[in-house]
Amino acid sequence: MLTEEGIRRYVVELIRAAATHLPEDVKASLRRAYELEENPLARRMLAAILENVELAGRRGRPICQDTGVVMFTVRAGERFPMLRRLPGILRMAVAEATREIPLRPNAVDMLTGENTGDNTGDYVPWIDWETVPGEDYAEITVLLKGGGSEAASGVTVLTPSAGIEGALKFVLEVVKEAGPRACPPLVIGVGLSGTAYTALCLAKRALLRGMSSHNPRPELASLEERLLKAVNMLGWGVHGVGGGATALDVRMEASHRHPASLAVGVVASCWAFRYSAMRIRRGKVEFLVHRFLNEMEAA
Amino acid sequence: MEYVLRTPISEQEVRMLRVGDLITVDGLVVTLRDAGHKRAIEYLKSGRRLPIDLSGLILYHMGPVVRMGERGWEIVSAGPTTSTRLEQYESDLIKKTGVRLIVGKGGMGAKTAEACKRFGAAYAIYPGGAGALAAEAIESVEKVEWLDLGIPEAMWILRVRGFGPLMITIDSTGRDFYGERRGAIEENMKRMLESGGLWR
Repeated sequence: MLTEEGIRRYVVELIRAAATHLPEDVKASLRRAYELEENPLARRMLAAILENVELAGRRGRPICQDTGVVMFTVRAGERFPMLRRLPGILRMAVAEATREIPLRPNAVDMLTGENTGDNTGDYVPWIDWETVPGEDYAEITVLLKGGGSEAASGVTVLTPSAGIEGALKFVLEVVKEAGPRACPPLVIGVGLSGTAYTALCLAKRALLRGMSSHNPRPELASLEERLLKAVNMLGWGVHGVGGGATALDVRMEASHRHPASLAVGVVASCWAFRYSAMRIRRGKVEFLVHRFLNEMEAA
Repeated sequence: MEYVLRTPISEQEVRMLRVGDLITVDGLVVTLRDAGHKRAIEYLKSGRRLPIDLSGLILYHMGPVVRMGERGWEIVSAGPTTSTRLEQYESDLIKKTGVRLIVGKGGMGAKTAEACKRFGAAYAIYPGGAGALAAEAIESVEKVEWLDLGIPEAMWILRVRGFGPLMITIDSTGRDFYGERRGAIEENMKRMLESGGLWR
């Protein structure tokens, strides 16, 4: 049986994987961008990025010095035995990971400006909860969200007459304004909904859906493709130096909306899209993104 | 063009650099972020000396991940932070210290470009997010000052070798690469929206 301490150690390893090893699908997407790139300056930037990713993995060092805000999404089965302890475990794991990996201490008091030193504080780490009726597992996803990429986040509530066209235009505006500050090529999550809050929640969900996964609704999948093309036609390119790679991917989620409002949320990641996930079930842990960790487990 | 520069960098050397040049540097790099810039300007305005003379050196907009090892501080990851936040301080800093090269990401504004032109300095980007690669170029931590500001905000004085690729985006003629690009991108956007074909 997994103890509280056992789970905490696995969560530390989950955070370590996210901070130091870029997921394979993100890496593949960056390599593809490099192969397709014709602008020589953009190629140099992409080559440096790829070299950095390899080096970080080999040395076990954070890919980027901004190890971000630590955010969790937990899909918790109602019969998962450690449910009540999980918030405390996640919090302690973040403090431990900050010391061990190490991560940069990024939790600053809103009023005094004081840094807590261990990446925990009021509402940090942030935890989104989803309950899964009847199940006995817990699925934990961690996202390390760097400060720069927040330049390409945004939300607006349009009138429905603005239409989908208005929504897509808003996303383009956000990416255009952010420019090189958000560390493109970006991975962009878009949420279409009836309220600002739900639009941002859906945008984050779209971001975490995994690379190049299309929305199951064909019309939305087609919008994802066209928006990716439009974002790349803007011309900012890698770190704003030009070329075709302003974004690696655009993913979209949509809910039904209120008759009077069309809300658009954008949650984007820099090229260093650092996330990982694991499932704990009946005392066994399976890593769902950094699968090499499962083999190390078995050996 | 591609160059290798060593600190101290002379005014003549920096005036040779042009937008789009790629450079690699060896020597002393000093880090400052928001709180560090604020303090540096307070020091300079009240006539106090900075912990290090920045004349001819490189200023890096960076807050590292660090580890205290047996031989002292070790820089684990060291990529640039967004430079626009420091726009309000940089022209004064260039004027008062004679710093020659500023390194960050995302570009800076008109006041910094003007100061680069008047006092002989340049601004370069390091590929954002490439923290492990940057740390690899750091040979040693010479000193750390102002640790009371917290690890990311402290002034780290670093000895680097082969730190790059850096790309000049503001040169001493006052040209600003990102400023010029922003205009072109507004045009692209306008054309796309006018054609309207993308959505249908």
